[in-house]
This record gives sequence, C-alpha cells and structure tokens, in this order.
Amino acid sequence: MKKILAMMLAVVMVVALCAVGPTASAETPVKAGFIFLHDENSTYDLNFINAAKEACEALGVEYLLKTGIPEGQECYDAAAELVDEGCNFIFADSFGHEPFLIQAAKEFPEVQFCHATGTQAHTVGLDNYHNAFASIYEGRFLGGVAAGLKLNEMIESGAITEDQAKVGYVGAFPYAEVVSGFTSFFLGVRYACPAATMEVTFTNSWYDPTLEKEGAIKLISNGCVLLSEHADSMGAPTECEANNIPFVFYNGSAADACPNTFIVASRINWAPYMQFAMECVMNGEAIPADWTGTLATDSVLMTEVNEQAAAAGTVEKLEEVKAALADGSLKVFDTATFTVNGETLDEYLADVDDMGDFVPETNAISDGYFHESEYRSAPYFDLFIDGITNIDA
Amino acid sequence: MNNKTRSPLIHVSKRGLLPWYKTWAIRGAALVLALVTCGLITSLVTGQNPIQVYGAIINGSFGSPRKIWVLLQNISMLLCISLAVTPAFRMRCWNLGAEGQALIGGLAAAACMILLPGKLPNWGIIACMCVASVLAGAVWAAIPAFFKAKWNTNETLFTLMMNYVATQLVAYYCVVWESPKGSGTIGVINANTELGWFPQIGSYKYLLNILIVAAVCLAMYVYLNYSKHGYEIAVVGESERTARYVGIKVDRVIIRTMLLSGAVCGLAGLLLVGSTNHTLTTTIVDGRGFTAVMVSWLAKFNPIWMILTSFLIVFLGRGSGEIATKFGLNRSFGDILTGLILFFIIGSEFFINYEIHFRKSGGKEG
Repeated sequence: MKKILAMMLAVVMVVALCAVGPTASAETPVKAGFIFLHDENSTYDLNFINAAKEACEALGVEYLLKTGIPEGQECYDAAAELVDEGCNFIFADSFGHEPFLIQAAKEFPEVQFCHATGTQAHTVGLDNYHNAFASIYEGRFLGGVAAGLKLNEMIESGAITEDQAKVGYVGAFPYAEVVSGFTSFFLGVRYACPAATMEVTFTNSWYDPTLEKEGAIKLISNGCVLLSEHADSMGAPTECEANNIPFVFYNGSAADACPNTFIVASRINWAPYMQFAMECVMNGEAIPADWTGTLATDSVLMTEVNEQAAAAGTVEKLEEVKAALADGSLKVFDTATFTVNGETLDEYLADVDDMGDFVPETNAISDGYFHESEYRSAPYFDLFIDGITNIDA
Repeated sequence: MNNKTRSPLIHVSKRGLLPWYKTWAIRGAALVLALVTCGLITSLVTGQNPIQVYGAIINGSFGSPRKIWVLLQNISMLLCISLAVTPAFRMRCWNLGAEGQALIGGLAAAACMILLPGKLPNWGIIACMCVASVLAGAVWAAIPAFFKAKWNTNETLFTLMMNYVATQLVAYYCVVWESPKGSGTIGVINANTELGWFPQIGSYKYLLNILIVAAVCLAMYVYLNYSKHGYEIAVVGESERTARYVGIKVDRVIIRTMLLSGAVCGLAGLLLVGSTNHTLTTTIVDGRGFTAVMVSWLAKFNPIWMILTSFLIVFLGRGSGEIATKFGLNRSFGDILTGLILFFIIGSEFFINYEIHFRKSGGKEG
C-alpha cells in the first residue's frame, strides 16, 4: 500500500513538474539540430557544443548533435537528415558550412537555419536563413588592455624599456575576422600602454599546433615580450609557457596548462543567440538576418584573470573599461586612436555584401568610429593600421 | 611426462583449401563473436543497451530513403578509389598515393570550373574537366611509377609522399581562389551559374556518380580477369622474373598500370568536385585513399567483392555517426566498434588459412 502511495505521489510530482516546465508555455514545439565541424576535442567546437546544450536545456528543447561534419556536401546531407528527424531549427558552426546550409535552407523553407560566422544571410534573400556573430572585438580589446597593463608593469620593473614594448600575434588567415581581432587587441594594448607596437604572423590554417608553435617561436625570437593569438590549438600558449612569455588567449582559459604566463582570455558565448533564435521559432517570430551579440547580451565573455601572471590591478581596470564599452562612451575602433599609412580615416569602404566580387561598397566609418559588425554580423574590418607589422609580408 | 622433447603448447599449421561453406562458417562465427564483444564493451563502458546501439547503426544507413542515397553515394566514392588502387595492388605495386591522386584530379576539375567560364560553353567546360582530372591523376601516379620502373625506387614511400605535395598544392590554390578574401576557402564554385556542375538525373542528386562507378567496377572486373593486360598484371605480380622470361615488358606494365590507377583516382576527384561538392578543400577526399587499401585487401583485389567490403566500411562509418548523435557518445566510440569488427573479420582470414593444434595431454607427441 505504501509503495502504491509513493508511486502515485511520484507520478503526481512528475506531472506537476512538467506542467510548470518551460515547454508547456511554448506555442510551437522546437526540435533543434546542430552541425559541428569537429567534436569536443577542438576548443572551437567545444565552445559551441557547450552553448548548444546549455541553450536547449534552458528552454527544455529536444536536440540532436552531429559532430565531425566536413565543409562540403556532407553538411547539406547532415542538415537534410536532421530535417527528416523532425528538427525545425538547425544551426551550423563553421564558416565553410555556409553554402551547403543555404542549399538546405532553399529546399526546406519551413525550417529555420542559423549559421555562425557566415556572411551571406543579408544578401541571399531567404527568410529562413540567418547569420550570427558577436562583438568579440570588445573582448579582444579588453584582453589587449590586460596585456598593456602587463607591459607597463614590465617597463616599471625595468625588465624592458619602452622601446622594447613589442607584442606578437599568431593569426590563422589574413581574413577580416582575424584582422579585426588583432587590431582590436592591439588598440587595447595601446589604450593601456601607448608606446607598444605589434608584429603579426599567419599560419594559414585554423588549427595547426606545429605551425602555431613555430609562429610563436618566430615572434619571440624577434623580441616580442608578450603574445596573443587567433587559432584553435594550444601550440602558441605552450611555447609561451616554456619561454616565460605572458600571453592573452582565445576560446577559453589556459590557466591549468600555463599557470605562470596565461593572463586572461576572451570567448564568444553562443548560448544567448541560440536561445534567442529558438524562442523566435517557438513564438512564430522572424529571426533577423544578422544578429550580433555584445557584452550586454553576455555573448562576449572574459575568463577569470590569472592573478599569477597578470599585472596588479588588472581586474579593476578591466571592469572599468568594460563599463565604458557597455555604455558606449568608449569605442574600440575610434578613428582618433589609429592611423593608416600615417593618415586618420574619415571614410572607408568595406566589402560587407559578400557577392564574390571583392568590391567594397559600404562606408563603415562615421561619427568618428568604424562600425564593426553593425551592417552584418561577421567582422569586415580588414585594414592594417600603423604600429602593426605583418612579418610574413 | 618423460619426454625430452616437448611438443609446443600451441602449434600452427597451414590448412589445405577449405570447402566454401566452412570458410563462410568461420567468417560468420567471427562476425557473431565481434558483435558479442562489441555488445559487451558497449554495455560495460557506456551503459547503453547494445541491441539499441546496433539498431542505431543500421538506422544510420537505412533509416530513410535519404540515408540510403547517402550510403550509396559514399559507397560509390570509396569503391571508385578502391577500384583505382586494385590493378596496382594485383601487380604487388603498393600505390599508397590514391589520396593525392584523387585530390590532384579534384584540383584540375576545380581549375577548369573557375578559369574556363566565359571562354567555353558549359559542355566544353565539363569535357575539359573530365580530361584534365583524369590526366592529372594519371600524371600524379606516373611520376612514382616511372622512378620505380627505371631505378626501382620504393613506390610505397614515393606515392605516400606525393600525397603531401598534392595536399599542399590544393592548400595553395585554396588561397589563390579564396572567396571571401583572406578566408582560405573557395566556397561553392559557380554557385549562381552552375557552370561545370554535372547534370543531375531526375531528382536524384547522387545517381550519376553511382552509375558511373558501377560501370567502372564492371569494366575493371573485365579488364583484370579477361584481358591480356589483366593477365600481364597478374604475372608481374606473381614474379617479375617469370614475366621477363615470357617476354612481358615489366617496365611498361608497371607504368601503364599505375597510369590507369591514377586515372581512376583522378576520376574520383572529378566526381567529388564536379558532381558532389562543387567546391575544393584539402580534406575533400576524406582519407578514402587510405581506406581504399583496406577495402581492396579485404576483397582480395576482386572488384565485385569490393562492393561488399566498401559497403561494410561505409555502413560502419555511418553507424558511428548515428550512435554519436543518438546516444550523445563521442564519434570515437563508433570508431572503436568499427575497429573491433574489422579486427575480427580480418582475424577470421587467419583461421581460414591456418589450423591451430593444442598440445594433447598424455605422452603422445604432436
């Protein structure tokens, strides 16, 4: 008897729980499908996988994950199979997935497709295909400020002179996303340490531990005293730790692997966008063609500052700068803070509409700053500013 | 036990030819053992119900008409490259460069698609793609073949290294033809005009590839078994000296066979770029050049059996992906199961060829 009573109680509780659960209020039930280039062993994909789980669990949405999907016809097949499984919201995480996801979006107009880092949603003219990115340049700027403070500390302690305040940057491709990233990092460095200069080298690969390590060695032997990077392996950080060179990271913390040199890292948190887009599907609302997450939407996050490597007062300074960025009183790409070939810019045409013609058509500079990620979500700042040297050129 | 010379505990001897039903009984037993082992490991390691896991593996290939088409398409691409390496293998010439030969074929096709629009009509572009891809693949294989025929260099290492050269060339052209600027990716070529895209048969995206590879498979079977060339390949494979003695020009056979091998690889690259993906990446061949070695070996270099062995490999691969999605397991777990099943299947060949005797108890000598 007791057993039956307990069982009944349990059933009642489960029913009650379901009744107040988030799914109950949803109008259109969502089933989400996610397509990832690699699996959780890649720092880049792990960041997306965690966000997908977080967003789906927050909304009580059923989801399927497909990992290891190459940037080819396989992406279309994976998307179509997810549609067959009943998914009405599909998300892909890699730049090269875009044309194949568009192909699927054309074939399944009733399904919403979202793509991270892509460039074509605002020109392709489909109601069910969308791009998203985040103002990660603000995160990189904050990372740069932390780096600049570290340089100041090194100058004050006499470890280096002002002339030696040179930072290095290991980039993947000379692509706008990377250029925008290292420029904002450098502007952050100079915001804190005006004497700083920077050298950049490219690996021409998004993930290549050996090349990233070699890039770091090259920069260190050129006299760079602090490094940062935009590529997806631990190649550069481990080299920095071995040489006791402080560095600023991307995608996640490296405090465990590099306790003596890791200062701070920025990363994009994709969960707010995924949650927002799925809520749109639930409520039958349109998802904008482009969506750019910001510090305010929690899309741009900083890891905890590693006090062992960072300069004293870094945490406080970052809070202060972050507040200034959030209320708009500080602009990362303020044209008063940089020059190109010795000149201050008041106008610059960027290739925002990526039609494969390489013709820039949109003026991105007005009101005294470069409007990054405003005319489309993916970055389009591709200028080499003074103070940055490309050592591969 | 007074024997001074002890017979060994385990003693292996070569078997005679077994009747077909016995060999298949051994293979069947191996498969059953493999499935039982995989089931045990699955429930021990992941706590999932192995029957459901097997169900998901089958579902990964046959769950919907679309999945069956994808399965057939994947089989045809793997089979095409396996067919390509087979003539060389029959000659005991270990062409491990199929990956690079297919890649360079794909590069040639992409070059035609990018450079020729405006200069030639669509059919002209497609014709150029076919010729260029097959030639490129053939040349890529002919270089190591020439060195082997002339100076007896090691073709295994040579063809293997040619893969890296091909990958780097493709990486270079991915940057030359990149769109958008700086991204290092080409994107879909001629997305709006569809110039150089192979025609689609009805609403079946992959049917053309499947038919072409089926034809190649049949042709290869006839070529290897019923032509003079096929016979020469077999003789050179058995013994080069015998071949020389009966008047076969070994150098010529080596170069000719490798040319064929490379040409079929080039065809695979052509289909991957022109018919399936319409783009070019360094990973477009996706390791099939190496998987093909296993497909060809498992089928004992018989083109018809290769349909079955390539099915097996693709089926297991698709199953791995499905269980990763369905149970939230890492794809590597599917690969572990695939590895185990292959281990048992390859292992069964040992028991077909050899017999194991255990030392009998008592004084009898073995």
